[in-house]
Amino acid sequence: MKNLASTMAGTVFTVNVAVGEEVTAGQVVLVLESMKMEIPIEAESAGKVAAINANEGDFVNEGDVLVTFE
Amino acid sequence: MGEVKGYNERLEEKLTSIYAGGHEKYHEKMKQQNKLFVRDRLKLLFDNGEYTEDGRFANVEAGDLPADGVVTATGKVNGQTVCVMANDSTVKAGSWGSRTVEKIIRIQEIAEKNRVPLLYLVDSAGARITDQLDMFPNRRGAGRIFHNQVRLSGFIPQICLLFGPSAAGGAYIPAFCDIVFMVEGNASMYLGSPRMAEKVIGEKVTLEEMGGARMHCTVSGVGDVLVTSEEEAISEAKRYLSFFPANYTKKPEKVEAKAVKEGRSLEAIIPENQNAPFDMYEAIDAIIDEGTFFDVKKLFAPELITGFARIEGQAVGIIANQPKAKGGVLFVDSADKAAKFISLCDAFSIPLVFLADVPGFMIGTKVERAGIIRHGAKLIAAMSSATVPKISVIVRKAYGAGLYAMAGPAFEPDVCIALPTAQIAVMGPEAAVNAVYSNKIEAIEDPKERLKFVQEKHAEYKEEIDIYKLASEMIIDEIVAPSDLRSELSDRLRYYEDKEIAPAPRKHPVLPV
Repeated sequence: MKNLASTMAGTVFTVNVAVGEEVTAGQVVLVLESMKMEIPIEAESAGKVAAINANEGDFVNEGDVLVTFE
Repeated sequence: MGEVKGYNERLEEKLTSIYAGGHEKYHEKMKQQNKLFVRDRLKLLFDNGEYTEDGRFANVEAGDLPADGVVTATGKVNGQTVCVMANDSTVKAGSWGSRTVEKIIRIQEIAEKNRVPLLYLVDSAGARITDQLDMFPNRRGAGRIFHNQVRLSGFIPQICLLFGPSAAGGAYIPAFCDIVFMVEGNASMYLGSPRMAEKVIGEKVTLEEMGGARMHCTVSGVGDVLVTSEEEAISEAKRYLSFFPANYTKKPEKVEAKAVKEGRSLEAIIPENQNAPFDMYEAIDAIIDEGTFFDVKKLFAPELITGFARIEGQAVGIIANQPKAKGGVLFVDSADKAAKFISLCDAFSIPLVFLADVPGFMIGTKVERAGIIRHGAKLIAAMSSATVPKISVIVRKAYGAGLYAMAGPAFEPDVCIALPTAQIAVMGPEAAVNAVYSNKIEAIEDPKERLKFVQEKHAEYKEEIDIYKLASEMIIDEIVAPSDLRSELSDRLRYYEDKEIAPAPRKHPVLPV
């Protein structure tokens, strides 16, 4: 199982995928808001979303696992 | 045989065995690893494959240590004289004996006297422990190699091509070079091998995880350019060298100008919404001569781009925020990356172009504990003390200390140019209005009234930081249309060519490291 971690500290702005969804490499899975900027978090490779560990509005730190893939 | 051989015959025989390197089985092993024999590497590197060697006969009496495991040579690369030291890993795994070390020290001395670049082609298991008294602690022992590297830093370009391991003390050769090329899968750097780590601290780890090329080029930042083959390492090193003069007294050569790459215009690339990301690489392509960009530390701290390029044939060092990665915010690693790059350009008279679109330095516990202030200071110190032509371009936002880091007006850039999309402020409108009026905003009960108030204050603030107001106050020097930026930069680079600033009357600044 591959994990997608937050690249920096910030607040989850939007979650763009749902559990069970197939994503492609480079797809924006989630957008953070940090330092007044929108920070897209992209999938590193293609896969099926197994779990989403963050909700919109949550604070996440750098390195926190946001999405896990099957 | 009984008969005395002729002089020439004896020489030929010795040379044949020296040129053959180590035992056939080690050559075979190299082939399996997609590695080239040291002399084939040198043929690829030098113009027409021609070079002159010193110390060919080092340790010839030992019989099984041809050239004592290192080839030291002088030749031409891109028509420019360069010196090279290249380990031969078919000879005792490229390890260092006393003559190996002496040869390396001598080629450093040759490069120093002739004031030419020095390349280190590293593929070595480290010291020969059996020979330690002859090569480790003495005045002309291995320590002298590093001492020389430090003395030569900024005097001549020093480049490391890592083809295999660079172990223990040997790992400092790349660390003291201006740039390190690493071949994925084969190159590695570590102070203690995985075997030693397990014995001494009990850690179980693979070589790739602990000291592999990809790790060093993405995580530690000790590696600069990750390549997939030795051929690519050599051709990229040649391309890198083409931006550099032979030594600090000279200037980089100009080459024939090339047209800009066909693609979208800067106007189309830069979104009006300050908070929306875009790809700064595309913006760089719209300014530089096509195909000239040389990315330094591409995979490390990608929120800041550092690389060489040409603008109408003139060499420049570009430092650009990348809004696409981490919002272009400056972090500990990006500050480090920029500090070294700026210092490298300044040492060899390569003008600097800053492309700013930066929300500032990152805040929060994580970065404060990692010393963001100290690392940011390193970047600002390097930028501030650089005396080469410095051109600051405010592409979009430049907030807080981000403006300072990107050679803002207070840091004596030769010019600070704004694009019409530029926005310079202590912080962005949303943050500023919140900071100043948060109590007042909370006190307004009617949501509609509250929104109206906030919007009014945003508008007022935006007027306050309007770029024409800053131009009118002469805070910035110029506003240019994006379509004119390339020619504006090219003209100014030409005009500032002979810029000179007298050194400050002191020994050296205290590094904020």
